[in-house]
Amino acid sequence: MSQPSEKMSARNWDEFMEGIWRQNPVFVMVLGMCPTLAVTVSGGNALSMGLATTFVLVCSCGLVSLLRKLIPKEVRIATYIVIIATFVTVVDYVIQAVSLALYDALGAFIQLIVVNCIILGRAEAHASKNPPLAAMTNALGMGVGFTIGLLALGTVREILGAGSLFGVSLFGADFQPWVVMVLPPGGFFVLGAWLLLFATLERRKQRKLVETAQNA
Amino acid sequence: MHESAANIFINALLANNFVLAMFLGLCPFLGVSGKLDTAFPMGVATTFVMLVASLCAYGLNLLLTAFQLEFLRLISYIVIIASAVQLVEMVLKKYSPVLFRALGIYLPLITTNCAVLGVALFQTAREYDFVQSMAFSFGGGAGFTLALVLMASVRERLQLSDVPSVAQGTALSLMLAGVLSLAFMGFAGLGG
Repeated sequence: MSQPSEKMSARNWDEFMEGIWRQNPVFVMVLGMCPTLAVTVSGGNALSMGLATTFVLVCSCGLVSLLRKLIPKEVRIATYIVIIATFVTVVDYVIQAVSLALYDALGAFIQLIVVNCIILGRAEAHASKNPPLAAMTNALGMGVGFTIGLLALGTVREILGAGSLFGVSLFGADFQPWVVMVLPPGGFFVLGAWLLLFATLERRKQRKLVETAQNA
Repeated sequence: MHESAANIFINALLANNFVLAMFLGLCPFLGVSGKLDTAFPMGVATTFVMLVASLCAYGLNLLLTAFQLEFLRLISYIVIIASAVQLVEMVLKKYSPVLFRALGIYLPLITTNCAVLGVALFQTAREYDFVQSMAFSFGGGAGFTLALVLMASVRERLQLSDVPSVAQGTALSLMLAGVLSLAFMGFAGLGG
């Protein structure tokens, strides 16, 4: 390693930010939709789901990256899935031990982290080709990006659907909750609205770029 | 808790539709629902995988419980599902190469379809017996196919209409799914 450390950290930062903004798993890649929509009825649920997924993501990407030279190419997907399933089982038992209420709220969706496309996608596209540190940084960024995405949905749905945020009532007793938001259709609507918002912003940015180019 | 198989079937098919009410299997739902020609076979293939997976998961769960190895449940389920998908892939490749190519990447991705693993996990969590499990997985698969076909039909019509360019793509699909889901809420209470 003759690279200056400044350059290394800049690269790591870039790996980290990729998942949060440029390749945000929820808003840009639209991956891992099932847990995204199913558990985000409240901010608290969304946060714990995001953290659990981040843990699994970082651990499995680290292990996949460590073993990347040992895993035969033909059976790599099966190996990745077994690695991921192992960490998910760990998370499943930990959550069950720490908070039974949370375990009941998230239900089968903790175990369904196994089939979250983000994790398998990261293992295949990034961790299998990069050294452990880079892979884990990238995975951490993705995990944080995913958590932010979940929070964006969870908070909006909780505020509109229950009139509270993280269990704290916001509007007082007179608030008529918008019940449809915590029901399944609300999940689709809120995510659709976020995507619309981002598409509009992107469109505006491009138009501005074109205008400045024309003026110059 | 003992529900009749018919109740479970109706419940999984309509009232608690896998895609629109329980949010399982959204990736293929958003990915393959562009055309009716691919949506229906995809639904049938997934239903088949679900039936096989549910059958194996039922037997496996008995075995794991007998040996007190419940912590291996998740890992063994996912291996079974992966093998079932491989089986479907080989059968399709042999008997319908056209369809095989049309489904493309989405075929191996059935492995990571949460609906399939969801069936296995839910039937274990709810302690369904053999008949109930079969009814549950068949209802779930049929519900998945129904949602996929409905969505594909709507999206085919939508291609002919004038949509603001910002809204095109995933955002619009999600809004549509929301409306469909709203409609399916009307089935709530059906099937007890």
